[in-house]
Amino acid sequence: MSDKTAFDRVQLARHPDRPYTLDLIGKIFDDFVELHGDRRFSDDAAIVAGFASIEKMQVAVVGHQKGRDMQSRKARNFGMPKPEGYRKALRVMKIAEKFSRPVITFVDTPGAYPGIDAEERGQAEAIAYNLREMARLRTPVIVVVIGEGGSGGALAIGVGDRILMMENAIYSVISPEGCAAILWKDASFAPKAAQALRLTAKDLFEFGVVDEVVPEDDGWFVSDETTSSLLKRSILKHLSDLCLLSTEELLRLRYEKFRKMGLFFEASF
Amino acid sequence: MSWFRRKKPKITELVDDKERTVRTEGVFIKCSECGAALYKGELEESEYVCPKCGYHFRMGARERLKRLFDNGIYEPLDEGVMSSDPLEFFDSKSYKQRIEEAKAASGLPEAVVTGKGVVGGHLVFAGVMDMSFIGGSMGSAVGEKITRLIERAIKERGAVVIFSASGGARMQEGILSLMQMAKISAALGRLHEERLPYISVMTDPTTGGVTASFAMLGDVNIAEPKALIGFAGPRVIEQTIRQKLPKGFQRSEFLLEHGMLDMVVDRRQMRQTIIRLLDFMMNDSLTRK
Repeated sequence: MSDKTAFDRVQLARHPDRPYTLDLIGKIFDDFVELHGDRRFSDDAAIVAGFASIEKMQVAVVGHQKGRDMQSRKARNFGMPKPEGYRKALRVMKIAEKFSRPVITFVDTPGAYPGIDAEERGQAEAIAYNLREMARLRTPVIVVVIGEGGSGGALAIGVGDRILMMENAIYSVISPEGCAAILWKDASFAPKAAQALRLTAKDLFEFGVVDEVVPEDDGWFVSDETTSSLLKRSILKHLSDLCLLSTEELLRLRYEKFRKMGLFFEASF
Repeated sequence: MSWFRRKKPKITELVDDKERTVRTEGVFIKCSECGAALYKGELEESEYVCPKCGYHFRMGARERLKRLFDNGIYEPLDEGVMSSDPLEFFDSKSYKQRIEEAKAASGLPEAVVTGKGVVGGHLVFAGVMDMSFIGGSMGSAVGEKITRLIERAIKERGAVVIFSASGGARMQEGILSLMQMAKISAALGRLHEERLPYISVMTDPTTGGVTASFAMLGDVNIAEPKALIGFAGPRVIEQTIRQKLPKGFQRSEFLLEHGMLDMVVDRRQMRQTIIRLLDFMMNDSLTRK
């Protein structure tokens, strides 16, 4: 279990048989009503969002969505959202806030889509605005990193009261390949970069970025029911904890959670 | 026998031929846009904007702070907050070594310098990023300094002005760099709720995690002319879509046209523009403690 290298986990996190958001919705929730569109430009299939129920509780679910065969991969843009995806995500979260329903997000993306149209419509603004608004959303938010946590594209639906992470998921500021290409000038150094970036669940737990690591057997595949039920139990536990807090307390704790993140040195003069 | 006799030896070359040049390094600077040779003093006077073609040279953080505040006076903040090496990151060089080299090369303690002062009579908390410190990248220390700046502005009821210049999050600090985006944005959320102004000024270049967090969150977003501004860098986009990018893509004027900026402002008018905006946004009935 622990003899996996960082790059082994990168490959497990990207495994095509790993459960995606819609798989989990089927496994963990009782039903799901999908909502579409950002009301500004279009509907982005790389993000799914809607209402669901879990053990008779009403929650909003938002998550990145990848495809499995060539056609659906293309349709889902390989799980790389454009600005309209992030704006749809926030729109659904604001509905949840309006009706005092908790939000659960599933993070699984190589990153926000780097393309001409995405830039034209304000990819950076869409991500930035989500960060600010999620930080002050007046309802509980639980984030689960289920596969690939690809930088800003992941964080844009990743600000919440609890951040859970699957044992073999990864979460990083840059892909190992991207990092290797820049620092080693050669993308084939990706395994080395993966190690250096400290992107595993265990690393993130140690840095205080992740609150809980959900154990996997030996990887996590669509057919595997035990891991999914463990995740469900964990989500329910955190939901019931968070629902006990007043909104003011919730927001104060969420602010402090992110406020503490980072390690630096302070000299006194 | 000649009338005059040489008492002293013949004058020989005192200076080697190779060194017989007029030394102009540091006196003249060539404009990288129009090629004009510009006298350094003249360039300083025009705030490092080419007087011939209007090209904006990159500008140091301290220089910019001095030019923003009334009479160039400000109180530096959190100068002691500096990067450590939480990941013990090592590529071709250790991150520790990169930090030391950046400090020596830039003369700065970090990639952002912050200060408190008065701008056109308004209390302003300003931060300026500097490309000469590891590409202006944002690590924990940068995140902390900017967050403290915003929190101070809330406490003392002032405005926030941030000049961005950055390649994005600093990968040598891994996930902790990424989380600075959330940390700063959360602080800006509080500033927003407190109804205090935030002016974001994007300078060349502003990309990655900096654009995708505080740079795009201004009540008013400004950019200097022709600055490169975007989420993904042009090279990454070209590799993804496998085609050349159109001319002027991701430049200030392009962003203005696409509705991402309020205005593109020449550096020589920047201070006056900021003061005019603050005159509107610093409302006494809201900023009183």
